[in-house]
Amino acid sequence: MSTEASVSGSLRRRLALTLIGGAAVLAVLMFVAVRNYAVQVAQRGQDSILAASVTSMLDTASLHDDAVEVDLPYAAFAMLSTPADDRIFYAIFRDGAFLSGDADVVLDPDARSIPQFQSARVRQTAVRQVSASRTLIGADTRTDIQIVLAQTQDALSETLRQISRNAAFLGLGFFALAAGLSFWATSLTIRPLDRLTNSVTVRGPQDLRPFTKPVPDEMAPLVTSLNSLMTRLDQSLSQSEDFIAEAAHRVRTPLATVRSYAETTLQRVDKEENREAMRAMVRAIDESSRAAGQLLDHAMITFRADHLEREDLDLVALTTDLVTRLTPIAEMRDVSLSVLAQGKVRYSGDPILIQNAIRNLMDNALKYAPAESDVVIAVRSEPHIQIEVVDQGPGYPANQIDVLTSRFQRGENAGDTIGSGLGLTIAQDVARAHGGDLQLSNKAEGGACAILQLS
Amino acid sequence: MRYLAIVLIWFWAGLATAQEWEDRKVFNPGAATKLNIISSTDTTIFAPLIEDFLADRPSVSVEYWVTSTADIDQRLRATPEAFDVAISSAMDLQLKLTNDGYALRLSGVEHPAWAEWRQSLFAFTAEPATIVINRAAFSGQDVPQTRQALIEALRARPEVFRGRVGTYDVRQSGLGYLFATQDARASETFWRLMEVMGGLDLRLYCCSGDMIDDLTSGEIAVAYNVLGSYAAARIESRDVLEVIPPADFPTTMMRTAFVLRGTAEPDIAKAFVAHLLSLQSGDAAPVSQLPMLTTKDGTAARDTIHLEPALMTFLDALKRRKFLSAWEDAAIQD
Amino acid sequence: MKFLLVEDNSELATAITSRMRIDGHVIDHAVNLQDATAFVETEEYDLILLDIMLPDGDGRDFLKRNRAGDLNTPVIVLTARSQVSDRIGSLDMGADDYITKPFDHAELEARCRAVLRRKSGTAKTRVELGGMIFDPVAGHLIVGDTTVTLRNRELRLLELLIAAPGRVFSKQKLADRLFSYDEDVSDNAIEVYVGRLRKHLDKSDLKITTLRGLGYRLDYEH
Repeated sequence: MSTEASVSGSLRRRLALTLIGGAAVLAVLMFVAVRNYAVQVAQRGQDSILAASVTSMLDTASLHDDAVEVDLPYAAFAMLSTPADDRIFYAIFRDGAFLSGDADVVLDPDARSIPQFQSARVRQTAVRQVSASRTLIGADTRTDIQIVLAQTQDALSETLRQISRNAAFLGLGFFALAAGLSFWATSLTIRPLDRLTNSVTVRGPQDLRPFTKPVPDEMAPLVTSLNSLMTRLDQSLSQSEDFIAEAAHRVRTPLATVRSYAETTLQRVDKEENREAMRAMVRAIDESSRAAGQLLDHAMITFRADHLEREDLDLVALTTDLVTRLTPIAEMRDVSLSVLAQGKVRYSGDPILIQNAIRNLMDNALKYAPAESDVVIAVRSEPHIQIEVVDQGPGYPANQIDVLTSRFQRGENAGDTIGSGLGLTIAQDVARAHGGDLQLSNKAEGGACAILQLS
Repeated sequence: MRYLAIVLIWFWAGLATAQEWEDRKVFNPGAATKLNIISSTDTTIFAPLIEDFLADRPSVSVEYWVTSTADIDQRLRATPEAFDVAISSAMDLQLKLTNDGYALRLSGVEHPAWAEWRQSLFAFTAEPATIVINRAAFSGQDVPQTRQALIEALRARPEVFRGRVGTYDVRQSGLGYLFATQDARASETFWRLMEVMGGLDLRLYCCSGDMIDDLTSGEIAVAYNVLGSYAAARIESRDVLEVIPPADFPTTMMRTAFVLRGTAEPDIAKAFVAHLLSLQSGDAAPVSQLPMLTTKDGTAARDTIHLEPALMTFLDALKRRKFLSAWEDAAIQD
Repeated sequence: MKFLLVEDNSELATAITSRMRIDGHVIDHAVNLQDATAFVETEEYDLILLDIMLPDGDGRDFLKRNRAGDLNTPVIVLTARSQVSDRIGSLDMGADDYITKPFDHAELEARCRAVLRRKSGTAKTRVELGGMIFDPVAGHLIVGDTTVTLRNRELRLLELLIAAPGRVFSKQKLADRLFSYDEDVSDNAIEVYVGRLRKHLDKSDLKITTLRGLGYRLDYEH
């Protein structure tokens, strides 16, 4: 079954794109707003100068014997000088009749004392023009003077071009900054999710405790569901563990009863036929209980190997512990067990798996070792981290060494020795789960040598 | 009386419109490309510049038309397509023509901002208005260095100067009008000088040339606002004249050139203008007697009449009428 | 030796009890933790055999409670669970060893001996007979000034014979006790061990007599 999640899109990408898209829209809006504002300000600047100029022109208008005099101030045009040398057009009217200036300039009939601005064309050129008027009162006359003053907008355009460019740079800068911030904000937002993912990932397969670290509000439902899933999983796992334990208990206890009765009976019966039947019975019980045990162990080992839970171990201590535990059984056969090791051998692995593997190798050795022989378990760190179990028994059948580790395969010379054939398979599975292998060989001086190599 | 004067001015102006060319010359005749230059500068003075330009352009011929500054303005407004380049000493009229859209924008021609307008109108000389005297009239007397000194000299010996002072008739001469309006802007001394000169039966001239002729002959003793460059052109051969740049304030005109917008030969015309700008004074061998504008230092920028829209102020009909009326009141006292 | 067996399955308990009485051990049987507590409070045992799954609780809790008190009696846990997963739990709770059901009585005996040897070093009841002293826990046989450490099978053979001096043990019966059921045992294997034991007992007043066709018997000579 695949554990890969089916992926549709990326939260990070979606969030980043949304933020960047928003930033782009904002940048464009900002550019437009700044530019429009600049246009207004620049236009207002030009208008106010035009107004000042036309006002100063009107100020000099006077009536002399019913004749209108306008003494244009030098400053009126001087103040209209621009870096782009903008052109100037003007016309002076008396009650709408052209008096002086440029004949192409058209009088705005609505000209009032308050300057009026408009965009117009003079001599086929776009201009900004201002119209203003002033009423002159003579001895017995009353007359209106109107002045229209127009100026091209070359300098204004140049200014606007510069402002547009600066606004564009500003917009781009804003966008770049916002994009950077978007990435930062995105990763900041995603970080709790990453942290949760990480804490799920680094957990061992048996660790089904709920997550208690605080998470952002939005993630609370996810974590709650996850916790409830874990709780259910934990319950279901422990239920099945309990079930297996219960099942084993239910099977093993009657077996133990029968075996004890058989042994007792064996002590009391003298007839050889009956005794042989009893022995066969005991053997059958031993075989089936051992097979059941190894099958369970193997299942457990397969499960643990898939979710390897490593911890720091001292292989020497672990081996010594096992040897102590098996010494009584070795003694029954007058076989001596010894550990060959120097100092500590540090290794990071699953202690239960490694223990099981070594135990199976030692069980094997004890099974085939002749009475009053030695079984030596050597723990080495050089050249590889490995555990070597050597006995002085008949050794492995030479032609079967390669297939011995396959499931339920037993050596041809196993004879009556009880064993399910899973021992070597378990040891090999454990070695491979730890990145190593199980090597089987026969010693030149006789005896089997099994090397559990880890890496 | 005043109305009569105005009528007279208009009449004269009408005469001016019909006036014939002062001079007309074809350089390098028969060449394939022809450049028509309308100018207010005397041919003799301007010819070296044209010849210098044509020296390595055998395929170009130039027809050089000379007329007054006011006439240039009228002819260009009437038939702008007849000419390729306009050269005039009347900065105000040139600027007004440019403002009204007759000039072609010449991209790529480098010139300081104060010496060009709209990248169309380019100044290429710097010519001060001067007081020119006949030395004989001032023998044993102090030579006036300022306008005020001139006023005092005229007042001190009216018998010597009556009928022997001259200046431009600002009603006819565009350059004279430019000088007069700029003087009037600069100082009230101008008006006092005009009144004093007007009291001495002031003689009015259309052009610098005539004034210098009469000075040389001794017909008049003092001329005011004469182009120093024209006087200098004569002073080399004759010792009778002395050119005095007024020490109180200078009024310096810049001769300007522009290419007409409707020119058929924009490249040659542009090359001609660029050539004028390149002939700066202070160069090893001066091509012409004209004091060419030097843009390498900033002194010219400070002393000259600026090329700016304000020059159009005195071209306003009402303004001009008012100014001329005041000028006539002072200068013509009969 | 005196045992307490805590086991709720009465069939198994009966089987174990009768099997151990054959070897001459005294054994009390408790069916739950409550009983077990009562036994422990009134009697003193050499060893407790403790089942884990009991009707009124987990045997390991009982163990933990008593270890926290002053119970020093060695405990061997009987477990029907997977060997690996229960092991650490029971040893951490203070058990001295564990054995998985179904078990070989010889293995149980061997484990008991190993546990007792670890705890005290010698048996409380050493056997003095015929000028020799036998310590079945330490595996020592002292004859005169000489102390011999017996091999396991020699020890178990002597234990068998000494439990019933004068009784005849057939070769088959002895083999069944000395060897496990999956071992191939030749007839002379027993003879080898009997030969060795005779040699060790040479200086004592004990003698192993061969009854041809019937088996062996331990005789005491005055």
